[in-house]
Amino acid sequence: MNWLGAFSQLLALLTALVLAPLLTGWVNQWRARLQNKSAPGLLQPYRMLHKLFHKDSVMAEHASPLYRTAPYLIFGCMLLASAIVPTLSTDLPLSPAADGIALVGLFALARVFISLAAMDVGTAFGTLGARREMLVGFLAEPALLMVLFCASMITRSTSLTEIVETLARRELAIYPSLLLAGVAFTMVSLAENARVPVDNPDTHLELTMIHESLILEYSARHLALLEWAASLKLFVYSCVGLAIFFPWGVAEAHAPLALLLALPVLVFKLAVGGFLMAVIETVSAKMRIFRVPEFLGTAFLMAVIGLLVNVLLGVG
Amino acid sequence: MIKLLPQLINLFATLILLLSFAMISQRRIVSLINLFMMQGVALVAASFLLGYITNQPDLYVSGALTLLLKVIFIPWMLHRLIRQLKVRWDVESLLNIPTTMMVGIGLVIFSFSLALPVSRLSHSIAGGSLGIALACVLLSFMMMITRSKAVPQVIGFLSMENGLIFAATTVTNGMPMIVEFGIALDVLVGVLILGVFMFQIREKFDSLDIHNLEALKED
Repeated sequence: MNWLGAFSQLLALLTALVLAPLLTGWVNQWRARLQNKSAPGLLQPYRMLHKLFHKDSVMAEHASPLYRTAPYLIFGCMLLASAIVPTLSTDLPLSPAADGIALVGLFALARVFISLAAMDVGTAFGTLGARREMLVGFLAEPALLMVLFCASMITRSTSLTEIVETLARRELAIYPSLLLAGVAFTMVSLAENARVPVDNPDTHLELTMIHESLILEYSARHLALLEWAASLKLFVYSCVGLAIFFPWGVAEAHAPLALLLALPVLVFKLAVGGFLMAVIETVSAKMRIFRVPEFLGTAFLMAVIGLLVNVLLGVG
Repeated sequence: MIKLLPQLINLFATLILLLSFAMISQRRIVSLINLFMMQGVALVAASFLLGYITNQPDLYVSGALTLLLKVIFIPWMLHRLIRQLKVRWDVESLLNIPTTMMVGIGLVIFSFSLALPVSRLSHSIAGGSLGIALACVLLSFMMMITRSKAVPQVIGFLSMENGLIFAATTVTNGMPMIVEFGIALDVLVGVLILGVFMFQIREKFDSLDIHNLEALKED
């Protein structure tokens, strides 16, 4: 591990931490604009975090240590996840430690802890949310794995950095399997980030919510960490999507100067992606909770067909 | 650039397969017709591209025929038909969509493994798409089997024909013109007759559910 690697790793972490709330703000702003509402400022998530970190935390009487530690664990999971996804550079010393499969595992770990914490206090909403979260999760994980495997079959590696390097270096080719994987990935990331067809990020105290009911009991710094973790998750998902489907513009190990260019490119790609996500959220209606397995099952099948198409057609 | 064009055909092939799956999982009749139209557009694009690559003007004619018939005329007629039949927003209760999709995956695996050895022998530029075309045909077959209303069945029939045309176009670089025209005419007449037929079914049974047709005589 050299100094440059450590520097780019640190830079990647910092970028994730700083840009993640901005991305959430950007998506929320566009969503409000597209729905003819007056939009909140772009920096609203930062103000929210700032406010929450300065409040006193209120705990339920019967809260166990698990409940207290869960926000830190979840935040840690998301931070680690953002450390192994190549955002600015593929020269990440941490990335050999965890590949795409481990990334899905990290998401699963965070999910387990947030569900346990939600059930810990014993409110009805928390338990309900935990069950729903698990329902969404157990279908979304295999679909996400299959999407990653589609890219792995093309590049012969499960490591995200190697996928990006191989795809970006290769001459431009159209991979039909990635079309199917892209559709599947869009569906999975909508479901995993509590976005409209599956969950509504705006609702509070409604019977339809999933993500909000999990964190309903949290307050102050714990809530801030969880909100930040949710932003990081959206950021990581977006970056995984960019890494697989639009891998250009990421700096490589032997080109440290490209780091300078990589940041504007990343911001541009995220801005376009966030806008598209807002459009999808605006044009689609929220579906019934029992339609979600069908939705995610479709995503899984799309990704599997992507694998099959790769076997049939391949490229070059 | 010229290297990308065959890959673009594969992309359209994948798009056709994707739309086939979307049609299987679609409940609303209006959306079904729109999906069918999109499949027609992908088919037209694929045949124009193939005509350009292999330098065969025949394929332009075939593509134009598909465009006129499958993208413009038949969807327009189906839209009119469902408006007159007042089934525009009908939601069909299907048997379990996830199961249907699972069977669909099975069909895709079957047709891919069937087509893989065949397409290795093919010298055509898009020979690899045979598996996809075969899968589309089988998926449309399944759609005709699982649907219980008349209009989706007709759309399944038309989508099957899409798959067949696609198979013929990619594997053999187009059928003789006379065959092409014959098929187009067949489809056109078929849809017209089926349209009349649907009115008759509805008049007789007050519904488009074809389970009513299973009994031979009234008790």
